[in-house]
Amino acid sequence: MEEIILQAKGIQKYFHDPVDVPVLKDINFKINKGEFTSVVGKSGCGKSTLLYILSTMDTDYQGELYIDNVLMSGKKEAELAAVRNEKIGFVFQFHYLLYEFTVLRNVMLPGLKLGKYSEKEVEHRAMERLKRLNIDQLALKMANQLSGGEKQRVAIARALINDPDIIMGDEPTGNLDKKNSEIVFDIFNQLTEESNQTMLIVTHDMEFAAKSRRTIVMEDGKIIKQ
Amino acid sequence: MNNKLIVNIAISLLLARLKQTVVAAVGVTFSIMMFITLLGFMNGLNDMLDGLILNRTPHVRLYNDIKPEPNQAINRVKELKNTYHFINRIKSSGSRKEIYNSLAIMHAIQQDPRVLGLAPKINAPVFFNDGSIEITGVINGVDVEAENKLFFFNDYVTKGNSADLKTISNSIILGKGLAEKLLANIGDVVSITTSQGERFSLKVVGYFQSGLMDLDKVQSFASINTTQKILGKGNQYITDIQVKLKDIKQAPAIAKEYGQLYGCDAEDIQTANSQFETGSSVRSIISYAVGITLLIVAGFGIYNILNMMIFEKMESIAILKATGFSGKDVKRVFMFIALSIGFFGGLAGLFFGFVLSSVVDNIPFNTAALPTITTFPVNYNLFFYIIGFVFSLITTYFAGYFPSKKAGKVDPVVIIRGK
Repeated sequence: MEEIILQAKGIQKYFHDPVDVPVLKDINFKINKGEFTSVVGKSGCGKSTLLYILSTMDTDYQGELYIDNVLMSGKKEAELAAVRNEKIGFVFQFHYLLYEFTVLRNVMLPGLKLGKYSEKEVEHRAMERLKRLNIDQLALKMANQLSGGEKQRVAIARALINDPDIIMGDEPTGNLDKKNSEIVFDIFNQLTEESNQTMLIVTHDMEFAAKSRRTIVMEDGKIIKQ
Repeated sequence: MNNKLIVNIAISLLLARLKQTVVAAVGVTFSIMMFITLLGFMNGLNDMLDGLILNRTPHVRLYNDIKPEPNQAINRVKELKNTYHFINRIKSSGSRKEIYNSLAIMHAIQQDPRVLGLAPKINAPVFFNDGSIEITGVINGVDVEAENKLFFFNDYVTKGNSADLKTISNSIILGKGLAEKLLANIGDVVSITTSQGERFSLKVVGYFQSGLMDLDKVQSFASINTTQKILGKGNQYITDIQVKLKDIKQAPAIAKEYGQLYGCDAEDIQTANSQFETGSSVRSIISYAVGITLLIVAGFGIYNILNMMIFEKMESIAILKATGFSGKDVKRVFMFIALSIGFFGGLAGLFFGFVLSSVVDNIPFNTAALPTITTFPVNYNLFFYIIGFVFSLITTYFAGYFPSKKAGKVDPVVIIRGK
């Protein structure tokens, strides 16, 4: 039997302002270890909303969310922060690097927060990840001196620093040109193939979705195909 | 590890906004600087004004007051015990102003461990003769050494030497105002008439200037022996015993005790000069109020700058939270920023406050009323520096608290999706 990393049971969400509008209706699915899953759907179908619930950042929902077979629903803010730190890696549409730090430091931050390794080791691990993404030569540059594609790769390296159970992406290629999009996809693919890294990517780039191993299609807050 | 990381992030944010940070810190520095200077100056002034009176006032003064006999003859009539008496047959008697058995009393007080020292004094009202004019005045017969030691007598002798009182017989130190009235220079001889009608000639060896004009117009000083000679009394004749205590706060209790023990009147300094304490505390309150106001203004500055910083760093806060920093961590980052502004701003403020105090301390300040003061008085009490520093930390803590709380509550989803 395959190992389940993430499981959603009957997740529902309403937007309360100005009137109660359902955005997610009874979402149920599982993601196994090593799966490369894309979530696609039209703009406004609730796919990003779902991702933020799955990422534990949004706690305003009904239903149950399990990550690594631990119930996340109802946990405290600080506990969820620790879960995000250890088990989830994020790649957003915009890179969200901290401009006050160097590239290396940006990648190291979540690792330092985890505190599992010494600063030296974290630095070593960060360098390893930068090398793997072919951007180790940028390590000592400040984050604002990079190009868009480079920044997104740094963000991926940062997502990888703590060996997360799952990497979540919210339109990670949405702001990139075709060439860089392909590079990012190749990186994701390579991570799945070589390291058995679990991926959950929200995208409206159908080409990107088509290349991924599994596709979840959403419409009007419901999963219509998985 | 976590603490080190938070400090590290805070420092990076601080350095990235160095200009703003410095402006915020300068606000604190300025307030603390003014606070220290103001308090030092105000208290220096307090000390000086207190010293003006309190230094020269004995903590406990023993004397015999002129007052009616408390045991009037009519009181002894048992039948009239519960009635009001209008008849006071026995009049006030001033014939014996001296303290009985003064040598033994002085010896006993000298042995009291609570006493710092004592100085005997004779109060002799006299007339100074200047041609046909008679000027009323007072000769204080003093023990120069004790007076110097306890009441800084020499500080107020502006011309001449107080020690001459003892070495030159029949010598006198005149109050400045009195000397001007008499046109008496040092070395001149003034003649006096006692209340008994005896005439004496005394040699002027110095001027005395207390800073209180009215006092200087009537006061003059001579040695105990000279005064006894003028009054024609024996060497036991003492009208006042001035006692200085180790702890001024005990004065009322000790005055009461001595009064009963030695059978004379005893007055304590608190009763004699109660208005001075009021003045001192009001001045202190004013300087604290101004200092704290300055700090609160600086606090608002810090509050604004932190709010701006948090507004600018929304995305960074969101990503920190997304990658596993809790709201508490983010709050601590901004608290650290606020407190380090307070810490370094306050420290610099203490330093510049000290420098400014020293500058004030060196500004010349000459006034005829205060012969011992040549520059503005400043008090360098360590306590003000501690208070200033603690205030700077407290103000920045509160200024930082609300923005930091806000930063801790930032919802990463709103920021990240909002883009």
